[in-house]
Amino acid sequence: MSDTIGLKTIDVAPTPSVWQRIPWRSIAIVFPFLAVFIALAIGSPAFLGAQNLGNVLDRQSGILIVAAASTLVLIAGGIDLSIGATYMFTAVICGTVIVRVGGLGGALLGIAAGVVAGLLIGLANGLISTYLKINPLIATLAMSFIILGATKLVSQFGKQGIGQIRVDFPEFRWLATTKPLGISLPTWIALVIIVILAVVLWRTTFGRYVYAAGGNAEAARLAGIRVNLVRISTFALTGLAAGVAGVIDLARTPSVPENDAIATTLTFTVLAGIVVGGTSILGGEGAIWRTVLGILFIAMLYNGFTLLRIDPLFQGIALGAIILLAVGFDAWSRLRRR
Amino acid sequence: MPAPAVAGAPQLTIELRGVGKSFGGQPVLADIDVRLEPGSVHALVGENGAGKSTLSKIVSGVYTADAGELIVDGEEQRFTSPREALDRGIATIAQELALVPGLSVAENVFLGREPRTLGWVSRRKLRKAYLELAERTGFTLDPDVLVGALRTADQQKVEILRALARGASLIIMDEPTAALSAHDTELLHGVVRQLAASGHTVLLISHFLGEVLELCDTVTILRDGRLIRTAPAADETETTLIEGMLGRTLGSVFPPKPAAPTTEDAVLTVTDLVAPGVHGVSLAIRPGEIVGIAGLVGAGRSELAHAIYGAAPRFGGSVEVAGEACDPGIPAALRRGIFLIPESRKEQGLVLGRPIRQNVTLSNLADVATAGWLRHGAERRGARDMLERVTVAGDDRRPVSALSGGNQQKVLFARALQHPRRVLIADEPTRGVDVGSRRAIYDLIVGQAAHGIGVLVISSDVEEVLGLAHRILVVRGGRIVGEFAGDDMTEENILTAAFADPTVNEDA
Repeated sequence: MSDTIGLKTIDVAPTPSVWQRIPWRSIAIVFPFLAVFIALAIGSPAFLGAQNLGNVLDRQSGILIVAAASTLVLIAGGIDLSIGATYMFTAVICGTVIVRVGGLGGALLGIAAGVVAGLLIGLANGLISTYLKINPLIATLAMSFIILGATKLVSQFGKQGIGQIRVDFPEFRWLATTKPLGISLPTWIALVIIVILAVVLWRTTFGRYVYAAGGNAEAARLAGIRVNLVRISTFALTGLAAGVAGVIDLARTPSVPENDAIATTLTFTVLAGIVVGGTSILGGEGAIWRTVLGILFIAMLYNGFTLLRIDPLFQGIALGAIILLAVGFDAWSRLRRR
Repeated sequence: MPAPAVAGAPQLTIELRGVGKSFGGQPVLADIDVRLEPGSVHALVGENGAGKSTLSKIVSGVYTADAGELIVDGEEQRFTSPREALDRGIATIAQELALVPGLSVAENVFLGREPRTLGWVSRRKLRKAYLELAERTGFTLDPDVLVGALRTADQQKVEILRALARGASLIIMDEPTAALSAHDTELLHGVVRQLAASGHTVLLISHFLGEVLELCDTVTILRDGRLIRTAPAADETETTLIEGMLGRTLGSVFPPKPAAPTTEDAVLTVTDLVAPGVHGVSLAIRPGEIVGIAGLVGAGRSELAHAIYGAAPRFGGSVEVAGEACDPGIPAALRRGIFLIPESRKEQGLVLGRPIRQNVTLSNLADVATAGWLRHGAERRGARDMLERVTVAGDDRRPVSALSGGNQQKVLFARALQHPRRVLIADEPTRGVDVGSRRAIYDLIVGQAAHGIGVLVISSDVEEVLGLAHRILVVRGGRIVGEFAGDDMTEENILTAAFADPTVNEDA
């Protein structure tokens, strides 16, 4: 550092204009979101219909819940690849309990079992990736294989004969079919969870610790923050969210197809939404509202492909290109700020 | 690409005439005349900030001198990159070794210039080239061993061999033995002698005066960027070297010390503390007392600070604050009122991407929150008050990375000041801090002591410790090896205790 000795720097930079004060990097997602929204509104008359928008939100509610919680994990400097597997596992647990117990009691017990199973898996992910010092990427990747295996094991007990677990009982399906104020219950649940998590991140000491743990873990530790505890909490919240999402989506479907690809797709879509929203994969930065826009952006894109009858083949290609653009923009703006 | 391994490296005579260098208008080197004789071992000594590293970096092409000339074998040179200096036969062995642990010795030596056959690396040719080089230079190292499996001294040998393979005839070594055990230090001394015997020149920067006197032919003393003298090592003693490195009076850089407390009970009592790098340390600080910790890099100063603060596992011993036991762990230490301003503010202190305000309040959120709910108004006011006290101006919503080093350090002091503390540990409080901020930071330290806080100041700048502390403890090998107060608090005493020859104290 000897080359800076004696260098008297003045930190009072010239007052930036309003234009310069806008944190462009943070709000970047707003522009493509609006662009696609407007383009679809013009290009497809069906898009703006309450029916279509309601459907999009209803279908995205599970993924939004998982993505909101996963954003906390990423900001705290971790990553969770097991969310898709957890989501499937909790659905199977829930379905099996409902099939075995039956009635409204069985439905409530199943919901509780699914949510608690998600929480426990999240806790396990957190403990493994902090106290056992296994890189969270590897830890949750390994966990997702274990969970998918366990899913098949459990589903043996929930199946009637061959085929899938089916829970087409009104005692359970009200969870997805009720529409308070004309909006589906899953959408309401997602909204409440997103608002709670966003406020926690923005306005509580825990939220502050999440940012610090991801921004500079050693500095956070030396400032007296229990970094491991913070990270475990983010994993636990994510597991819990995956549990809620698994149960909600089971109520909508209402069966669990045995297909690992569903788990993988959910994980990838959640991570894609978070990254497209502009939350840094390196930790320390990000916001939940951006993740919500990111997920809805992807959903609109897919919806648009369907409405405009574009070959779904191109969906993946378009999404991949958008992720690269988003991450490239992130890296570029970091570089420029140095 | 120049041909590797020029047989019988040409001898180089290097001369600096009237060399000067400034950074940001502040001169760090002025009017330096030094001549490096071929085949000699030449030492550069001086305190931190005396200009040793800058001087060596001018020779090795990292910096270009602002004034004067650099003459290599009679012709003036202006190196604009280390690459150019290397092509002229000047190589630096860095403190941080740049080797690939997963490759063998021979592969590392010829890294980037492997002998090839049709584009493929030829292992046979590589081995042959290595053995030729080893024979010519007299180094014996198995070419096939993985570098990661070697001890540090042997890794340094690999680095030296790599320099020789590229035809280096002047080798600059910056603190090569700082991280070595006594045995490895002996091995490396052998290597240096061997280099000189084979006609190479070695420019050695070292804090170990015993090593300098034993190993070197010539010694150049720098102080405050100026040349004090160049003399044969045989004419110097440790005392004359230390006298040469000192000199400047402790001027108005430091605020007047508050009166030292006399009779009060200790605010911090550390008893037989054992932790990583700390081997049984006992000390006591009274309220309002500033205690300095001096010692060399790697002596265990920061380790001691971390152990007291609970940032490192505690294997034994106890820490008490005002007579109450402090459990291990940082949260417990904070609750008892101990606060650490760590050595590296960028890596250990600040969350660089977050706003200044949030960096101030990071350890003190309980003061501005109710049951975990942040009161933004209270936080804003609290942070502003603190930033005003430590004289950091400007919008505190900017990321802390936008501030200069000095102001970043002040942000850490703001964090320390926001909550009442009883013990403040400041590790290297002015490293990389400009002169203006330096005085402000000293004022803050002295001000804390005046408020009855026990302060522990750790610094590798002996003058800083002398200028601030009522009492000084010297650390070496994770132990306290000297305590000086009053008239005994002299630079000579501290340096003598700290600079003891590493070979003598290895098994102490």
